[in-house]
Amino acid sequence: MCLAIPGRILEINGNIAKTDFGEGIVRNVNVSLVKARVGDYIIVHAGFAIQVLNENEAKKTIKMFKDLLKISA
Amino acid sequence: MFKFKDPQLANRIIDELRKMNLNIRLMHACGTHQDTLIKSGLNSVFEKLGVEIRQGPGCPICVTPANEIEEAITLAEHGLTLTVFGDAMRVTGFSKSLYDARAEGCDVRIVYSIGDAVKIAEENPGKNVVFLAIGFETTAPATASTLIHGVPENFYILSSHRYFPPALDTLLSLGEIRLDGLIQPGHVSVITGLSPYYALLKKYNIPQVIAGFEPLDMLLAVYSLSKQIIACSPKVENEYTRAVTDEGNLLAKEYMTKVFEPYDVVWRGFPVIKSSGMRLRKAFKDKDARIVFADFLKDVDTQHYEEPKGCRCNEILRGLVDSFDCPLFGNKCTPEHPVGPCMVSVEGNCNINYRYTGGKKLKI
Ligand code: SF4
Ligand code: SF4
Repeated sequence: MCLAIPGRILEINGNIAKTDFGEGIVRNVNVSLVKARVGDYIIVHAGFAIQVLNENEAKKTIKMFKDLLKISA
Repeated sequence: MFKFKDPQLANRIIDELRKMNLNIRLMHACGTHQDTLIKSGLNSVFEKLGVEIRQGPGCPICVTPANEIEEAITLAEHGLTLTVFGDAMRVTGFSKSLYDARAEGCDVRIVYSIGDAVKIAEENPGKNVVFLAIGFETTAPATASTLIHGVPENFYILSSHRYFPPALDTLLSLGEIRLDGLIQPGHVSVITGLSPYYALLKKYNIPQVIAGFEPLDMLLAVYSLSKQIIACSPKVENEYTRAVTDEGNLLAKEYMTKVFEPYDVVWRGFPVIKSSGMRLRKAFKDKDARIVFADFLKDVDTQHYEEPKGCRCNEILRGLVDSFDCPLFGNKCTPEHPVGPCMVSVEGNCNINYRYTGGKKLKI
């Protein structure tokens, strides 16, 4: 019921965002729970976005993976 | 955008874990984590490294007890239109499922979102439409937001929503199983933020990491937990900072607080868990199916229910056993003919194990 996938917002009208989930799947998503803009990546659960993914933090985590392995290698 | 599938990095982490000579048992509590573990084959990799991972009460469908399903069936049998997530259709109430009720002529409709349910109410002004609202902090804000933004007069909520952290607290307090660390569910944490986990740390001194859902996320979570365990220094770490902030989703929390209040409720496999149920507040009582249709529900007898014979879902949800320990797994119980809820839900331990292994334990 709630296996969630990230999608990218193509268009916003009020509380509804047209969202691209890749592989040609485009669905309407309710964005009333987040502050989202066109182009943002969102996590979607049962038709609602629950968070906007933070690109900077994603990059930091990748860097953390790498640093961690450098130190202990 | 996200490079969380890099196999080279994965192998390096696995090497590091091997050097640690581990013998630990962890628990996660999320259907999506279990999916990642089994689909990527990481589960058997971890087993080889001395890391056992149990699923726990991680699927909202699996933990919904029979009497709440029975309530939904009863409302449908009284002529209401019942809207429900597909997964909940085949879980049985006392004797049958919503799927059976539909076959017998009840108006039961599958929806993907509460938004679809509202639309059905708008398109059928002559009918009373009830949405069976299942899920933890991840789906409850959607229900709350929908009610706050206004719904048609003929639309009602049957709330089976639950707060997730009290379940972990109860599980740890039961002390039935030795757990060395917890992989906390990323999506629930998106909403709750970190405070519930600090409370658990204070009470049980157990290592915890909040993890995302890519294989690398799981690897890093296990690595961080192993380091905490070896160093005997339990902490709350957040590996999923790209989605989870310290304070969580404040707007979602505000909506939930406005609409729901906690009450004591039964979870499948557990005793009553204090303040873990989400019930609609008085301000929304004209939308609460349990109040508006109380007459129909008064005959739902919650006293005499037994789990299906031989099914071990109860123990699976408390992390005591695995699907493979159930004698019905893969023969009498399959996704086509599920005996218990853990085989029904696509996020249930038995269903995930069956789908990726065909019912046979993978050789490691
Ligand atoms: S609600 Fe989200 S976090 Fe909880 S089990 Fe489902 S996918 Fe996992
Ligand atoms: S395999 Fe079937 S019967 Fe056994 S625990 Fe899982 S759902 Fe229950």
